Amino acid sequence: MRFVDEYRDPALARRLAEEIAGLVEPGRHYKLMEVCGGQTHTIVRWSLPELLPAGVELVHGPGCPVCVIPMGRQDDAIAIAERPGVIFTTFGDMMRVPSSNGSLLDAKARGADVRMVYSPLDALKVARENPDREVVFFAIGFETTAPSTALTLRRARSERVGNFSVFCNHVTIIPAIKAILDSPDLRLDGFIGPGHVSTVIGLNPYRFIARDHGKPVVVSGFEPLDVLQGTQMVMRQLAEGRSEVENQYLRVVREQGNPLALEAIAETMELRSTFEWRGLGFISQSALKLRPAYAEFDAERRFEVPGVRVADPKACQCGEVLKGVIRPWECKVFGTACTPERPIGTCMVSSEGACAAYYNYGRHAGRRRLDRSRPDSDAPAHAAAADAASAAGGRG
Amino acid sequence: MCLGIPGKIVEIVDLDNRTAKIEVSGVRRNVDVGLLWDGPDAVGVGDWVLIHVGFAISRIDEGEAGQMLSALRALGEPWEEELADLESSAIE
Ligand code: SF4
Repeated sequence: MRFVDEYRDPALARRLAEEIAGLVEPGRHYKLMEVCGGQTHTIVRWSLPELLPAGVELVHGPGCPVCVIPMGRQDDAIAIAERPGVIFTTFGDMMRVPSSNGSLLDAKARGADVRMVYSPLDALKVARENPDREVVFFAIGFETTAPSTALTLRRARSERVGNFSVFCNHVTIIPAIKAILDSPDLRLDGFIGPGHVSTVIGLNPYRFIARDHGKPVVVSGFEPLDVLQGTQMVMRQLAEGRSEVENQYLRVVREQGNPLALEAIAETMELRSTFEWRGLGFISQSALKLRPAYAEFDAERRFEVPGVRVADPKACQCGEVLKGVIRPWECKVFGTACTPERPIGTCMVSSEGACAAYYNYGRHAGRRRLDRSRPDSDAPAHAAAADAASAAGGRG
Repeated sequence: MCLGIPGKIVEIVDLDNRTAKIEVSGVRRNVDVGLLWDGPDAVGVGDWVLIHVGFAISRIDEGEAGQMLSALRALGEPWEEELADLESSAIE
């Protein structure tokens, strides 16, 4: 139990762990999926499985916005970025995502004007400051991030920033959960729901999981104690034969979500009939595009986007990882051909990606961390690359 | 990542655009508070909010903000990067 003393309240952590153990039905194996990549990061970073009884397994879900962008969309992004006159703005995480034509970092090295921004509002500012250039914002993320793009679009329209557009790749979490529930590969007992997505969508969208599929959902926060408590609440429901939607993250999540955020999304965006997810394939009504009223800000209409489907690299098993079918280290190229500095798949790129979390913090990472903290070790180039790679935190 | 940054609103800088100055760990930056502009969770100067990519997405109480901050600091590197990202922002 390596990290338990570093928790907010170690005594509470131990008590929760004991309670979870007490809720296990002898001989039964439980699979609970934590939906959000931020929770995955916490689980691996703080070695939560070491606190849990052997029969309780946490399976990592698809809630990592960088991980689910398919290869073809990254190709499209690079095609836009390489058009003359374009300034292509993006969250740092997307810089190293591989496409069939290198990453955005490679495009930048080839001469494209690719800039990292913290916020879509920073991208809008770049557009205001460069009126003679086309400024495109690479919008990714679940419902946590979509309202930010929506409000930025409203502002671009009211300020008439004509050289600003959005390459919209926002996705919605519920269809992905549905796809996983319908997938024959996996039998799950319950869900630890994503905290920050739920600040926007609230609790109601999850009710079908409890009602129609009979599986508990507990929306939880990101700290080790949150995830532990979420686990305990799911286990309690299972022990009592209940399936309900509960909120562990009351401190932040309201039952009805954020109505202003939902309104902003609905005003500026609408559902695509279908969208490809990396490894999960096409999922109907699972992503957002700009509404016709905002067509002038739609990069897909403004530029010719190749829009071709590109198959994932053969070696890549991100789909299985995102569905929780395999563990990251079971992928044949994990840590060898695929590392954060040279990722093959997206799950190795973002700090929320399960592969990156295991690479950086998993059982075999100790030796690498040691190497990195010794500047005169024989692996300095590797270490510097890994640090650069883990720079730029992800986006939910 | 889905970290989110807790920040305290120290000033409303632009009423029309619903922009507020927030402070966290000695860093002061502008964020958009339009998602918490009215309704039961409307915010004002002195309130703590959870910030995601330059937008306040949820109101939190001061005790929660303090606990979040200590948990974030315990994360080390990812937290410093998130803070550096915020520092790189220049929203008007
Ligand atoms: S190790 Fe790399 S290729 Fe394999 S699943 Fe993870 S990210 Fe994909």
